[in-house]
Amino acid sequence: MGAIYILWLREVKRYVRSRAQIVASLGQPLLYLLALGFGLGPVFQRSGNGSYLQFIAPGVIGMTVLFTSIFSGIGLLWDRQFGFLKETLVAPVPRISIVIGKTQGGVTVAMLQGTLVVVVCLIAGFRPSTLLAVPHAFVYMALIALVFAGLGTAIGSRLQDMQGFQLIMNFLVMPIFFLSGALFPLDHLPSALNALTVADPLSYGVDGLRGSLIGMSHFGLVTDLATLVAVAVALLGLGSYLFSRIEV
Amino acid sequence: MIRARNLVKNFGELTAVNDVSFEVRQGEIFAFLGPNGAGKTTTIKMLTTLLRPTSGTVQLDGLDPQKKQIEVRRRFGIVFQDPSLESEMTAYENMEIHGVLYHVPRKRRIERTERLLRQFDLWERRNEPVKRFSGGMKRRLEIARGFLHTPKILFLDEPTLGLDPQSRNQLWTHVKSLNESEGVTVFLTTHYMDEADRVAQRIAIIDHGKIVAQGSPAELKAQTGSDSLEHAFLALTGSSIRDESASSVDQMRQFVKMWRR
Repeated sequence: MGAIYILWLREVKRYVRSRAQIVASLGQPLLYLLALGFGLGPVFQRSGNGSYLQFIAPGVIGMTVLFTSIFSGIGLLWDRQFGFLKETLVAPVPRISIVIGKTQGGVTVAMLQGTLVVVVCLIAGFRPSTLLAVPHAFVYMALIALVFAGLGTAIGSRLQDMQGFQLIMNFLVMPIFFLSGALFPLDHLPSALNALTVADPLSYGVDGLRGSLIGMSHFGLVTDLATLVAVAVALLGLGSYLFSRIEV
Repeated sequence: MIRARNLVKNFGELTAVNDVSFEVRQGEIFAFLGPNGAGKTTTIKMLTTLLRPTSGTVQLDGLDPQKKQIEVRRRFGIVFQDPSLESEMTAYENMEIHGVLYHVPRKRRIERTERLLRQFDLWERRNEPVKRFSGGMKRRLEIARGFLHTPKILFLDEPTLGLDPQSRNQLWTHVKSLNESEGVTVFLTTHYMDEADRVAQRIAIIDHGKIVAQGSPAELKAQTGSDSLEHAFLALTGSSIRDESASSVDQMRQFVKMWRR
């Protein structure tokens, strides 16, 4: 238990101390909200879909949680590069405790960052349908964080160098975001694109956020919840397995 | 305290460690010397639960590192060749993380952290992030950290690499005094023969994965008729330069360079 706690605490402390980074990482969601929310807003409205800011805010929250949690897992690469990984791997604790502490730290950090973006959205003019919608949305934020902390850990356990990181960024993380329906409605898509969005776990996360926050859901909240839980269990399992096989 | 019997480690075709046997007594400072790529780090990894030997046996304090991984890990501290600190966090926090990972009771952890940081001249700067430390300070912190959980054995893999003579000198003084006051067994590797001569009671020299000589510094010098350990080392291992086996990428670069000429 001690090991899990101290490694969790390490992740949280690192996050809280990197103030400049926290502010910088708010830039991207802000840009999406303002440039797309207000820029594409009139077109979206005219096509009869309502307010684009209302539509895109849950997507931007989902994006933030995705990026923060997946990068915390891939952060293993940095731990490997700068050596701290060895200190943990040779300690008299089971590897499963190490991986749990680390991923829970990543989940916590992603939730904190997600909360900040929720606040930014509220300031920008986003209005959830009810007051209870926000705590309800936290369930989906947590599930998104668990799914992608698991995926990040799986990738971070296998990745050997920084070149691989760019590859993952362009061919995995960005597609997960763009194909999730964070920016566009999932109805009436061409069938190829539809197949990709259905296979993207973030689609269910964003859909769950949208369902809980503004009562607008494509798959239905039960499907969202069940899919996210199943994918989270699978990816956390995969992450732990690959982490247990790391060789120093 | 450490016993290795007929230890062998193969990586595919390559035999990194080939039938190595030695024994390290309790409370002793033991130096494991050899040219680059001789098998020193591979041996340390097998002693410290990180690698499974192809064949042969290892015992640390009577326990098999592969079978009793967790118990064995409690019994040793290790300073790796490359730094392994969390550089975003402070010296004190690095000690704290280590203490918790090694199940040191809180009160004892706090007492020992202060004592060790004072001893290694780091107490004044305990609340600074490690990334601001010099190479020597980082090394001292790693060694202080390695002692925190009162290990029976301390492994030091080239701890003085890249340090200036002052830092090296100070580092060994600390290690020696802790060896005396806490009775910890020290297993070290280094390329500086004067250091081994000064601190080690016994030395084993490994070359091409095999132990070529073992004994006290005086015995090794006498055996080769040399006046310094450096000469004895060269007499035993030859003076040709060993390149550690290059990775395939390096080999490719070499190949490209050759053809560009």
